[in-house]
Amino acid sequence: MKHIIKIMSLLVSVSAFWISLLLTSIIPESYTLLILKWSTFLYQLPIYLIVSLGCYGLLLVGIGLMRFPTCPYESVLLQQDIVEAKEFLKENKVDVGSD
Amino acid sequence: MVMISDASMEVTEEKNKYSIIVPTYNERLNIALIIYLIFKHLSNVNFEVIVVDDGSPDGTQDIVEQLQQVYGEDRILLRARPKKLGLGTAYMHGLKHASGNFVVIMDADLSHHPKYLPSFIRRQMETGASIVTGTRYVKGGGVHGWNLMRKLTSRGANVLAHTLLWPGVSDLTGSFRLYRKSVLEDVISSCVSKGYVFQMEMIVRASRKGYHIEEVPITFVDRVYGSSKLGGSEIVEYLKGLVYLLVTT
Repeated sequence: MKHIIKIMSLLVSVSAFWISLLLTSIIPESYTLLILKWSTFLYQLPIYLIVSLGCYGLLLVGIGLMRFPTCPYESVLLQQDIVEAKEFLKENKVDVGSD
Repeated sequence: MVMISDASMEVTEEKNKYSIIVPTYNERLNIALIIYLIFKHLSNVNFEVIVVDDGSPDGTQDIVEQLQQVYGEDRILLRARPKKLGLGTAYMHGLKHASGNFVVIMDADLSHHPKYLPSFIRRQMETGASIVTGTRYVKGGGVHGWNLMRKLTSRGANVLAHTLLWPGVSDLTGSFRLYRKSVLEDVISSCVSKGYVFQMEMIVRASRKGYHIEEVPITFVDRVYGSSKLGGSEIVEYLKGLVYLLVTT
């Protein structure tokens, strides 16, 4: 199954659940304040979820940036390896010249 | 106990042959350094190095021929092409000449250090994985030579790709990987992208096909970043690649 189909079906099932919640909440048995607040909340839920997803993504980026693994010592080790390699190559008459 | 497991490791190592494909373009000095380091770190492994050079004008092929005199023409294969024809086709070209049952792909500019090759091999033998990919973004790995902006784009791209694609690997654009030869042949035939999106497509397609993928931390010393900027067009390419992968994998 293509990945986009997976994501679409997830979105469709979540939307179906949300719509069913909306429908059950507008049965006008008694217009109490509780039901009014609940249906308002439901209407605003998608926006809240999308914004929270965005914020979560930004948080992941920020945390990842702070904890980005660096390895400055590797550059030093690499230079040592290069020197060792150049010596070997000189001994074996491989002419790399200067770069 | 240790002796027995060492002996059995050696026996299995003898049955496996590793073909290391290194695409090159104007890497006259680096290819010599890389080959020295590969031979240094894989001293008791059965392997061959396949250099796919795209008609470098700086004499890369001459250097490879000199190295063949030192190490043997059966250990270093020069399979050149007339001009720059792209990375994906370079791998495919190298694959045609690979006699090993495992294939390693790596860059020639020393950003991938051959000292990690034994850990790739060991991880594959321990887990029986079809693909072992190097990751720069976990503990034990790392990057050197990136400024803040570069790290930010890398991290942002990574989070976006993970949210959209659920790929199952932490480093999507890395190109330091060990593949079982049959798996590489299978995956590469269905990939059409170019550049680093190609690397992403390979690993995502492999993940979708259900291949066992393992990760090994590697360090990446970027020596060319100063000369190749990560501009707006690269970002657009990347986003287009993501959407393409989202829809077709």
